[in-house]
Amino acid sequence: MSILVNEDTKVLVQGITGGFGGRHAGLSLDYGTALVAGVTPGKGGQNFEHGDHKVPVYDTVAEAMAETGATASAIFVPPPFAADAILEAVEAGVDLVVAITEGIPVMDMMRVKEIMKGSKTRLIGPNCPGIVTPGTGPDSTGGCRIGIAPGYIHKKGTVGVLSRSGTLTYEAVWQVTQLGYGQSTCVGIGGDPINGTSHLDVLKLFNDDPETEAIIMIGEIGGSAEEEAAEWAKEFCKKPIAGFIAGATAPPGRRMGHAGAIVSGGKGTAEAKKEAMADAGMVVAETPSGIGQALLDAWGK
Amino acid sequence: MAETAEEALKIAQEINSDLMVVKAQVHAGGRGKGTFKNGFEGGVHLTKSAEDIGSIAGKMIGQTLVTKQTGEEGKLVRKVMVADAVDIKHEYYLAVLMDRETSRPVIVASTEGGMDIEEVAESSPEKILRVFIHPLAGLQAHQVRKLIVGLGLKGPAAKAFGKVLKNLYRLFASLDCDMVEINPLVETPDGEVLALDAKFGFDDNALYRHPEVEAYRDIEEEDPREVAAAEFDLSYIGLDGNIACLVNGAGLAMATMDAIKFSGGDPANFLDVGGGATEAQVKGAFNIIQSDPKVEAILINIFGGIMDCNVIAQGVVAAVKETGLKLPLVVRLEGNNVAAGRETLTASGLAITGADDLADAAKKAVAAV
Repeated sequence: MSILVNEDTKVLVQGITGGFGGRHAGLSLDYGTALVAGVTPGKGGQNFEHGDHKVPVYDTVAEAMAETGATASAIFVPPPFAADAILEAVEAGVDLVVAITEGIPVMDMMRVKEIMKGSKTRLIGPNCPGIVTPGTGPDSTGGCRIGIAPGYIHKKGTVGVLSRSGTLTYEAVWQVTQLGYGQSTCVGIGGDPINGTSHLDVLKLFNDDPETEAIIMIGEIGGSAEEEAAEWAKEFCKKPIAGFIAGATAPPGRRMGHAGAIVSGGKGTAEAKKEAMADAGMVVAETPSGIGQALLDAWGK
Repeated sequence: MAETAEEALKIAQEINSDLMVVKAQVHAGGRGKGTFKNGFEGGVHLTKSAEDIGSIAGKMIGQTLVTKQTGEEGKLVRKVMVADAVDIKHEYYLAVLMDRETSRPVIVASTEGGMDIEEVAESSPEKILRVFIHPLAGLQAHQVRKLIVGLGLKGPAAKAFGKVLKNLYRLFASLDCDMVEINPLVETPDGEVLALDAKFGFDDNALYRHPEVEAYRDIEEEDPREVAAAEFDLSYIGLDGNIACLVNGAGLAMATMDAIKFSGGDPANFLDVGGGATEAQVKGAFNIIQSDPKVEAILINIFGGIMDCNVIAQGVVAAVKETGLKLPLVVRLEGNNVAAGRETLTASGLAITGADDLADAAKKAVAAV
């Protein structure tokens, strides 16, 4: 088991003919992902070729789903067109949309989120590294990789990893792998102020996943999503959690790279988040190098 | 708007009213209670004579104003605004913000205008009114009425306020703002409602569809290092410490700053070179870092996920050679093809200190200063 995706999940890529989308579609195919279709308006009928793989490209998400049975979509569409691409996937009834695109206007995401209410589609991101459920092959191949994370740092296992950012997630995943443990699923929910899936949503999924034994939750300054997750975890989470919050030294009022990473009006500080997490019984690492050790401490290994 | 004392005097003579105001124009709030580095008090002054406007403007223009929001270094005042003073019956606060928790805009209004709204929120939260706006439906008439009643506005002022509010919301939504704030919004004795000051924040991600907003950008108000960084597609924020860092990814960049602090040092900056750093970017980053005289050591932290660590290492070596870097340099590489990357750094013969992990790198960087 795993959450959200597994090796059988059929994936399509919106924006597969772009440079960035194509490159990562290739890496996902190498990883063993069941990448069955691409979508680029106006390029239907072509094929996306990578090694021995030949992936058909469709004009619309609905066609791609009907022809291939894809249930998840990765979005690599440029920011001005990304909101529309997400909504196309939602309307076509995709179960899971993972929006990698960075730089989508906040107003666009506000409307997308409102329109998606009541739909069956789950959105991860935007501005996120994506999802990986490691496989059992060499370098964890044979799993499902949607997005831009490096596959080889993973290892099949029982630790659920949840984070906003890309490289900081890789740092945590790599530490877990180096310690000899592996991951059930790794989810990057993205660094934008409005996103589809919150820390809390993913925490609940890990809590219900029988394969996940322990959880790493990484957050950063800005907003209050980590506090919400901690509050829930304090009462309901049955599994040990290790945590880390980035941005303790960030000056207030400045956006630290991610659009959502900002302390404003004294809210969203690293200190308050760490406190809430520790109060919920999580073991909070002081530096990113300590995430692995925090996991072992929380897990009692 | 005047850029010299003479211009300010001339504008004041044209206005020729019995009470006028002169305000320093910088991208920061708290001007009224600010102090200039030349000792002159206050970035906002009311006066009765045009001559006074000229002499006050002379003490502001070309001087550095320090307010609660500028930090110690302050902001250079290049322009002042001169305007007719208005008779004020009451000062209100009005803002539209993007609320993250509810993923929708919120209108914030208060009868306690003209002061620091965060202090009001702290001391008398009941005086802050909030109305959340449906993302698709927009501002509704009943919501306008609710605010009018809540603020106690009556007669012509109520009508005028409603108009200001509707226009303000339209502006917020149509220009992709993340905040607009009017403080104070004043009611005059004859029922007019006027914005005496305003602050706008725009969503950077949406600027591509608002060239008219982009045209207002005043690069002189920005940190020159941040402007230079943007040219190389780097995300840079200057800080006060002496250990510069160069990292791929925003989350890891923040975490690297934290690790420096944890080891007893002080980060000089936040610098994210993005997922796919190129040699040109690394060189650009080195130049920006070295333009900061406070910097005494550099820490590079790269998790080469997809990126080949050896490509990064080669970029670092080339950049060190080309920019003639003299500062101690600590490099922590991890990830894809890391062995070759470390080998490239060692073989370069340059004085580069390698590090095993981030904690080790932070310790070595702190020890180097």
